[in-house]
Amino acid sequence: MAETYTIKQLEFKANTIREDIVRMLEHAGSGHSAGPLGLADIFTALYFDVMKHDPRNPDWAERDILLLSNGHCVPVRYATMAEAGYFPKKELLTLRKLGSRLQGHPERERLPGLESTSGPLGCGLSQAAGVALAMRMDAQAHRHVYVVTGDGELDEGNNWEAIMLIAKYNLTNITAIVDRNNIQIDGPTEQVMPLEDMKKKWESFGWHAIEVDGNDIEAVIDACAMAKAITEKPVVLLAYTIPGKGVDFMEYDFHWHGVPPNHEQAIKALHELRTLGGRIRSEHE
Amino acid sequence: MSDMHLVDIDGELTSEPIRKGFGRGLKAAGELDMNVVAACADLTDSTQMSLFKEAFPERFVEIGVAEQNLVTVGSGLASMGKIPFVSSYAAFSPGRNWEQIRTTICLNNQPVKVVGSHAGVSVGPDGATHQMLEDIALMRVLPNMVVIAPGDSVEAEKATLAMAKDARPNYLRLAREATPIITTADTPFEIGKAYVYAPGSDVTIVATGTMTYQALLAAEQLYKDGIDAEVVHVPTIKPLDTETILKSVRKTGCVVTAEEGQAAGGLGGAVAELLADEYPAPMHRIGMKDRFGESGEPNELLEYFGLDAKHIRLAAHHIVERKK
Repeated sequence: MAETYTIKQLEFKANTIREDIVRMLEHAGSGHSAGPLGLADIFTALYFDVMKHDPRNPDWAERDILLLSNGHCVPVRYATMAEAGYFPKKELLTLRKLGSRLQGHPERERLPGLESTSGPLGCGLSQAAGVALAMRMDAQAHRHVYVVTGDGELDEGNNWEAIMLIAKYNLTNITAIVDRNNIQIDGPTEQVMPLEDMKKKWESFGWHAIEVDGNDIEAVIDACAMAKAITEKPVVLLAYTIPGKGVDFMEYDFHWHGVPPNHEQAIKALHELRTLGGRIRSEHE
Repeated sequence: MSDMHLVDIDGELTSEPIRKGFGRGLKAAGELDMNVVAACADLTDSTQMSLFKEAFPERFVEIGVAEQNLVTVGSGLASMGKIPFVSSYAAFSPGRNWEQIRTTICLNNQPVKVVGSHAGVSVGPDGATHQMLEDIALMRVLPNMVVIAPGDSVEAEKATLAMAKDARPNYLRLAREATPIITTADTPFEIGKAYVYAPGSDVTIVATGTMTYQALLAAEQLYKDGIDAEVVHVPTIKPLDTETILKSVRKTGCVVTAEEGQAAGGLGGAVAELLADEYPAPMHRIGMKDRFGESGEPNELLEYFGLDAKHIRLAAHHIVERKK
């Protein structure tokens, strides 16, 4: 991106993206709340600081590639893309409607800039491996691949096949980002299918793992820079996020994984986001 | 038909595994186009991908025994403008990784070329686990997917070269055993086209893959029996060449289909759907009938399961009788 933003400006953008997520989900009447809200800071960091891309030219041959493995979190990608100028914000309200470019789970051919079709879990790392191998074959050393995965989706064996392959070929042009929010549909990840010791798992598969606060934009930007600088091993960011981040009644509650806010809940959530959880004065006061 | 430039099947025939033609075709495709790349799941020699690997080691990816990863890595490669051929045994790919093919290749609409070797009961002694019979059905129901089952190694080579130029997701079905070579360099092949290999007027035999040779043998015997059979070779099961098949069945009034796989959902299913919609006619499907294979010698198994010229001939007699 040509434009550079201060951390304060980025935090403000992340908040706007959260408001848009709440509006879209309420309007759609279905969809996932917790993951997209939790990922807003990571997506803000990627689209407004870390990644090389051009909203006016989504197919730009020099762009970095972002793959969203956990396709159900796509509302955060749509809201961030609209914020970045890929398409008009009013289109966000078409989410999940018949004929919309904004499908419930992302479809590459419908909307320029999506890079891939995803939803069924566990495929993002494999596709990232393919993208990274192609970049290497074509000697495109200046391009980078980012892949965001959920934590619950690491239950899928396909991920570990890819994790082995990426380490085998030392594809350091990939940065994997795990949204470690500790919830999945049936409950806390450690009850549904324990993932810990997550850091040791990745390390024993030949990766360098960096733990980062996924809701701290500055920390995410720094970690992405560090990941790019490490070329001995592929790097994964274990990004600890708060599911439902920014909306008090959604935070940490796995029941919000796969449901949208109703009208009253949306009003409450938007009020909270506008006042940044009471840290600034409400517009109504 | 002389314009098909077929080998005279009464003469001495050379046999070769169909997968060998794929191996040669892939190497040739790699020479023609830098973007052709290959990946394999620990079966590089068996699937004949080794020729490509030796020629272009930097464009070959060894995935290990991980078929889900195989096709999804293929999707990623294709998204960057590569033309990836990804191979394993058909029992594992597309047997194990159907959803990854559905989402990351077909719905994502990336031109990945899924190559399933060792399809059919003619795999032999390895038994039912390795005798893939459902692959045609599994791939045929996927939107955007093209399904190809060549009849011999010469056609497999042409099919592979054509696939490298096709912008759609493709599935290529290959067999392990040596199959008689019945076509020549001049025999036509185009994705989506069926070919009349032997003209006739009493019954249409629609065959694919290894069964086309068996259909030609059956047609010769039927001629001696006083039945003039037309053999239509269908190397592309999807998209089906409906025009050629309908033209033949409108002429003969009845049809036998033949394939080395489940008759349900396979070529037999495809032709039955077509005729039910367009031109209902007496029909008999030669194929596996809702059961698995078992260990044995290839020819022994083909006869045991009724997948040979003898059974095609019997079916033709039966269906011609029904037509009356």
